[in-house]
Amino acid sequence: MNRARWLVLALPVVWMALFFAAPFAIVFSIGFTESAEGIPPYAPLLRWREDGSPYLQLNLENFRLLFDDPFYIEAYLRSLRVAAISAALCLLIGYPMALAIVRAPARWRAALLMLVVLPFWTSFLLRVTAWIGLLQDRGWINSALLALGVVEAPVALLYTDLAMYLGITYCYLPFMVLPIYATLSKLDDSLLEAAADLGARPVRAFLSITLPLSLPGIIAGFLLVFIPAVGEFVIPELLGGPGAQLIGRVLWTEFFQNRDWPLASALAVVLLIALVVPIGLFQARAARA
Amino acid sequence: MRRLKLRLLVPLGLGFAFLYLPILLMVAFSFNDSRMVTEFTGFSLRWYGALFANEALMQALFLSLRIAAISATMATILGTLAGFALFRFARFRGRALFGAIMAAPLVMPEVITGLSLLLLFVGLESAFGFPAGRGADTVAIAHATFGAAYVAVVIQARLADFDLSLEEAAMDLGARPWKVFCVITLPLIAPGVVAGWLLAFTLSLDDLVIASFVSGPGASTLPMVIFSAVRLGLTPELYALATLLLVAVALALLVALRFGLAPGRAP
Repeated sequence: MNRARWLVLALPVVWMALFFAAPFAIVFSIGFTESAEGIPPYAPLLRWREDGSPYLQLNLENFRLLFDDPFYIEAYLRSLRVAAISAALCLLIGYPMALAIVRAPARWRAALLMLVVLPFWTSFLLRVTAWIGLLQDRGWINSALLALGVVEAPVALLYTDLAMYLGITYCYLPFMVLPIYATLSKLDDSLLEAAADLGARPVRAFLSITLPLSLPGIIAGFLLVFIPAVGEFVIPELLGGPGAQLIGRVLWTEFFQNRDWPLASALAVVLLIALVVPIGLFQARAARA
Repeated sequence: MRRLKLRLLVPLGLGFAFLYLPILLMVAFSFNDSRMVTEFTGFSLRWYGALFANEALMQALFLSLRIAAISATMATILGTLAGFALFRFARFRGRALFGAIMAAPLVMPEVITGLSLLLLFVGLESAFGFPAGRGADTVAIAHATFGAAYVAVVIQARLADFDLSLEEAAMDLGARPWKVFCVITLPLIAPGVVAGWLLAFTLSLDDLVIASFVSGPGASTLPMVIFSAVRLGLTPELYALATLLLVAVALALLVALRFGLAPGRAP
């Protein structure tokens, strides 16, 4: 049996070790190199003395720059804030949707859930494109506002923080609805009936039963939105303003435009560490529950 | 029959309006006669014609479909094995670490995954000469890696409502473990395998960031071409493309629903 087990495990273990775990070790080490002209554009970490013995040329400048230059610290903080606000917006829209689907007649549930998932299966990039059509100066929203006479000149909507929040909330909403739906659908109805029998009004029953019991789903949904949103590149780039320098965008620019691979690696390392903390907290919480 | 209360119906309706209004506007304007992307002047199919005549876009589409098919197949093999191991093998050395590594790509910011894989490919090339250069192959490897994580989740969900007594009965009747897997387990988790493949295929087709890192000159995937087109400005061709994609996805989901592959099982 044990040999059969290893046969099943070998392929995914080797693959993930090579293509997922090993790359992080490399990113970590490149973060300590110096950027240099050439291909690849960094100086080797492991060097050789004249007598042939090896030594490590560690360069801490990348990390020092990240902590010294307020530009990077602000980008990190802004990314965390934007991701948290977006996750909160997803929760605000997604929770009532999940609750409504759970409470809907049984035969509608699968179809309603499919409607939530459907946009997720279509192109993310083209959905962001739809928002450009909505928000641009001569876009659908401004055309409607002008036609209704609400405004006299187009309102700047695209390339603003508002556009960025709308885009992130829009794209990540299914990730909030599904886990909340999953926990709510496992909720025991008799608890609510008991509360009603004891005279609790629906709002009270919701606040003291449904909401606390759906907390695991809320946390899971929040993290599923928050974590990828921290490193989001496409939406801030296409919808956000030039001021929306989030960490994903900064990393992209350092890598593709400035060709500073070591600095981009250092940024990735710090971003990763900043994300491992909430995941660790979540897992510790889940282990206790 | 229970009816949905108004205070839940309203947010549900507004939520769906939020999700679908942008998509529906895009569909409507894909049939617009005008080059203007926001003023509707008349019905026309010209943008669909223009889309199929756009060689760069079509080339990128075929490249992306090929990468998606290859990477989804690799992801399905890896993810099915991993999901099976994680669900069935109660304890083995390094199980927690393996589980964490299988789950991490689900939430890992794409810029990190992309950058780290690129650095791996560059390192491998300078050490072993393989992979020689970057292009469709390296993108497929990258996509298979994060696709496998999604497939593993789908397979585990499928295994969760699996009746173990069927396997036990087969074993009692003397079937070898491998035979049990092929004759009992695999057919029963087949819907999960198909759903996992479709999910991995879609994710691959949709990925911009990771592909931008690990791709090379001459291998521009569809999202990479769309991204540079969008930065230059919207064209109704993009709306036509989005509409066709939406129709394809809706059809696939209807078929999936018909065969009992509930899409809600995805993470």
